[in-house]
Amino acid sequence: MADISRLLVISRGEIAVRTIRAATELGITTVAAYSSADQDSLAVTLADESVNIGGAHAKKSYLNHEAILTAARETEADGIHPGYGFLSESADFARKVEEAGVTWVGPSADTISRMGDKATAIKTAEAAGVRVVPGSGGLVTDIASARIAADQIGYPMMIKATAGGGGRGIRIARDEAELVEGFAAATQEAAASFGDGGVYLERLVDSARHIEVQVLGDGTRAVHFYERDCSLQRRRQKVWEEAPAEILPASVRSAMCADAVDLAESVRYCGAGTVEFLYDPATEEYFFIEMNTRIQVEHPITEEVCGVDLIRGMLLVAQGHPLPYRQEEIAIRGHAIEVRINSEDPEADFRPAPGTIESLRWPAGPGVRIDTMAYEGYTIPPFYDSLIGKLIVWAESRELALARLRRALAETELTGPATTLPFVARLLDQDEVIANEFHTTWIENWLEEEAR
Amino acid sequence: MSQTVEMTAELPGTFYTRESPGSEPYVSVGATVSVGDTVGLIEVMKMFNPVVSTVAGTVVEVCVEAEDSVDVGDVLLRVEVS
Repeated sequence: MADISRLLVISRGEIAVRTIRAATELGITTVAAYSSADQDSLAVTLADESVNIGGAHAKKSYLNHEAILTAARETEADGIHPGYGFLSESADFARKVEEAGVTWVGPSADTISRMGDKATAIKTAEAAGVRVVPGSGGLVTDIASARIAADQIGYPMMIKATAGGGGRGIRIARDEAELVEGFAAATQEAAASFGDGGVYLERLVDSARHIEVQVLGDGTRAVHFYERDCSLQRRRQKVWEEAPAEILPASVRSAMCADAVDLAESVRYCGAGTVEFLYDPATEEYFFIEMNTRIQVEHPITEEVCGVDLIRGMLLVAQGHPLPYRQEEIAIRGHAIEVRINSEDPEADFRPAPGTIESLRWPAGPGVRIDTMAYEGYTIPPFYDSLIGKLIVWAESRELALARLRRALAETELTGPATTLPFVARLLDQDEVIANEFHTTWIENWLEEEAR
Repeated sequence: MSQTVEMTAELPGTFYTRESPGSEPYVSVGATVSVGDTVGLIEVMKMFNPVVSTVAGTVVEVCVEAEDSVDVGDVLLRVEVS
């Protein structure tokens, strides 16, 4: 850990812009690493310097270890910020950066590999005393042991074929009668379809909320910045995020945040990270699912309600500074909502819609923040993901934030490629969204009903 | 008299000659194709779109390398129509 004077930014799009802004405010010289498809990007324009790291295909540039390490050497960078996506959770690459004597802005390679593998992460969480989704652990071979395991797990539960996957080989049991019937059928089915009759049991968290806690650690201590509710998803991709999660009872919120800090401190976490939980509003239970060892797309809503700068925090702890925030100083004020603007056509099953932005007017005024790489005349390349910007609103309450979002969306005008802006505007009109009564598959159910 | 038809990219993105790194290429020079055959894939923002032949004939040239970036209208392959 050493001071960073020249930071190589190896992400692209809006997060590269966000990173450059934070580094510039700290007086750090920024170097944007870009692919041949991104030479006209806003990140390249805003950075002090830039360096081409290869062809349009990410394998040739943003995922190319050697090209990036060479660029770091040639530009004399002493720090690398990975943003999200691409190499941000590559333990292998983080290790190479450390070995090159360059400061990696993120947790160590060891931490990434420990928390990046789901099975290991779950074991680490259990060891730190954090509850995970209850299950039988190993295979259940007969109905007697299934009954015993079921008493521990609780209903409803899933009977899952060990050889299944991707949603195949799963049966649901809502009571003991269904378990008895389903166990026999599932074992037979699994043997017939996968050639392996092994099954295990796991609690089904129905109509769950996806709630995640933001943490920042300095390698010794960690603090949390409360939680985000990211339950509005389409095909497991987040569409709309809010902070705080208004449905959480205060006691659950403080237990969940304390668990996240315990977990981070148990692995001597250094950097920004997110501890993800499934929350069952019916039982008020929550279960650890995974930890993301990087900054996340939706970090701005946390910044807005807590009044902090998480990227700056990452840059400081990476340089060996202690945590820039004390837990007792971190408080939630008001409510923030982020909606993702993707270049996809909601009228055509969300087909990707790269192309040139002909005209663009962003909203402004109180409580409105835009994190984007888009500008008038910018051609969205077809090679990467479709996120072109995030509209973030803050207001004193959730109700006022919804009104502000409506106002901000009405001010926004983008012509050229199709975007998800009209889709977001439609979401804002749904009673369940307004009433905060949704779960992680609500959008899909809604779209299916509409199509009928 | 034979006629050569150019098959062009209808989408911008990354061109792939095979379904996965382990599989055989969809077509190579000398292969015969029928109308409706998949001859490649174009990845646009992480979605894979098949490139479908509109003619029947013999592939005489594959004009782009695997994983090259292509733009709308770029010639992908030339087919001698039978």
